[in-house]
Amino acid sequence: MQTIATGDARHRVSPPGLLFAALGLAALFGPFMTLAANRIVAGEGVSIWAVAPPSLTLPGVVAVLLGLVLGLPAVWPRLRLLGAVLGLGGLLWLLAQGAPAMLEDGGDYARVSPAIGFWCLLTILMLLMADALAQLAPGPLMRGALLAAVLGALALILWSGALSPLSVMQEYSSRRSAFIDATARHLQLAFGSLATAAVIGFPIGILCHRDQRLRGTTLPALSFLQTIPSLAMFGIMIPILGWIGDTVPGAQAIGIAGIGFAPAFLALVLYSLLPVVANTVTGLAAAPPTAIEAARGMGMTPGQRLLRVELPLGMPVILTGLRIVLVQNIGLAVIAGLIGGGGYGTFVFQGLNQTATDLILLGALPTVALALVSAIVMDILVELTRPKATRTA
Amino acid sequence: MRPGIVLRPAVILLLLALVLQPEWFEPVFAPLAPEGAPVIYARSSLLSLSLSHLGLVAAATAAATLVSVTLAILVTREAGAAFRPLSRTVTNMGQTFPPVAVLALTVPALGFGAGPTLVALFLYGLLPIFENSIAGLSTLPPATIEAARGLGLNRRQRLIQVELPLALPVILTGIRLSVVISLGTATIGSTVAARTLGEVIIAGLLTSNTAYVLQGGLIVGLFAVAVYDALTQLEARLARRSRATSTP
Repeated sequence: MQTIATGDARHRVSPPGLLFAALGLAALFGPFMTLAANRIVAGEGVSIWAVAPPSLTLPGVVAVLLGLVLGLPAVWPRLRLLGAVLGLGGLLWLLAQGAPAMLEDGGDYARVSPAIGFWCLLTILMLLMADALAQLAPGPLMRGALLAAVLGALALILWSGALSPLSVMQEYSSRRSAFIDATARHLQLAFGSLATAAVIGFPIGILCHRDQRLRGTTLPALSFLQTIPSLAMFGIMIPILGWIGDTVPGAQAIGIAGIGFAPAFLALVLYSLLPVVANTVTGLAAAPPTAIEAARGMGMTPGQRLLRVELPLGMPVILTGLRIVLVQNIGLAVIAGLIGGGGYGTFVFQGLNQTATDLILLGALPTVALALVSAIVMDILVELTRPKATRTA
Repeated sequence: MRPGIVLRPAVILLLLALVLQPEWFEPVFAPLAPEGAPVIYARSSLLSLSLSHLGLVAAATAAATLVSVTLAILVTREAGAAFRPLSRTVTNMGQTFPPVAVLALTVPALGFGAGPTLVALFLYGLLPIFENSIAGLSTLPPATIEAARGLGLNRRQRLIQVELPLALPVILTGIRLSVVISLGTATIGSTVAARTLGEVIIAGLLTSNTAYVLQGGLIVGLFAVAVYDALTQLEARLARRSRATSTP
């Protein structure tokens, strides 16, 4: 913003924009897609000019270049955003045109997938978008609308089938029902453990806020839980739950067993407790002493004070704890795939075992997307609960 | 202070015993192993696995520290201010990307082994160090900076002699957070054949041998506790020293 005020010609060009343009130009020369004879062997890189006939690649390449150029001027963040969208559109166009064209002369089992050049350009253009958005600083509702628009566009493109010749999508189409099951299971693991940890963690946090001594013992104990490596936590749950399933009557009937969903779920819950409890304590303590004094002066009981003063004021910090837990659990739920807990990890580990890159991508890409979207949504929620006076500052 | 005096040597002794003389613990772990299965992991030496584990974490943290602190210095200067939101986004994304997904995605490019683990730990460790470095470098007392300027120190001298030493305790806190997270996360590297203590845990998972799982988990957990404690001590010492020098 100061750059406009100074009017210095040197500052008319956005330095990050310049960096993106330079990196983007370099990425244009890397292999854009790969063509492999089947799903196991390593593919051969194809440059961006050669993925399809020139009449089809030219518009895409021009859109990408134009997008990078539009990212340059520092003073028009809207134009930079437009450039990012245009560039991303160009990338998708090239994928959609390149995949069928390359498959045509590839043979029956041929596979095409995006290569390093595509991934680099995608990252650069997304960073350009993030940089432009940081400059525009849209409000939380606007950010939500933008996210919805991006997700909607992505869903539309996937649904239209324009990308279905790509190898990841071929893996998907041969495992459609397994993928849907894995998605449901992954969401259950990540969100279910978050909800459970919140239900257990909030009361503990409130008690710790009230009782200094309890805080002194609970927080170190929970910190200790967190030093157990995630892999070991999953492993320790297996015999414990196996034992419960074998000895407690009726436990197996509700799905408690040594392998599968239950140990993964419990491990995630235990991991989530520290951020939930610690942030609840910090959040409740964040209410300024003057506000507490005022509440006391108005004759509020401790319970009223908690509900009407401390909780609303601490909500951003508490939600930040939930954001940490959610993003962490979406990632850790992948490990459930190792112990038969389902979720996207199933594809990731199957893919690693078969060295089938496309299968790895089928598990890893939705996980990354889910984590990024959850982080953005939680950030928006945190901002919405922040008191108005500090939000604009 | 008192419990520390007893606990600290106890943790270190237990850790050394577990790594160097694992067979001492056979009676402890025996009830957890399946009948007839080996109790103590013997496929490779726990010492070499521990060293490789610590080496990976150290290398990744060193790289993450170098990059984060350099970035933080750049974006807190006037000339680099334009890169501040961008570097924030990048480090934030680094921690939003699940480490397992990063491992899986880098395997096709780097192959099985230590490479993917280094990348995943590096990306995951950036955020705490970067955020703390920014906080440390941008919340320095203005009076001190003014005084340094008044003494005739140029920018580089101010940075090296005043700003960095003052920000060091906060930067170290970030490094500590990053190291502790990395110690646990590195175990996942063994799913793509990196040599870490995760190998022991995974062997336990695959043969449903809880003795292995606990053995690996306990060693990693104790390493995390010991490193956390050592770095906390270092921070406290540095903070005390910088307070002693800033208030004559």
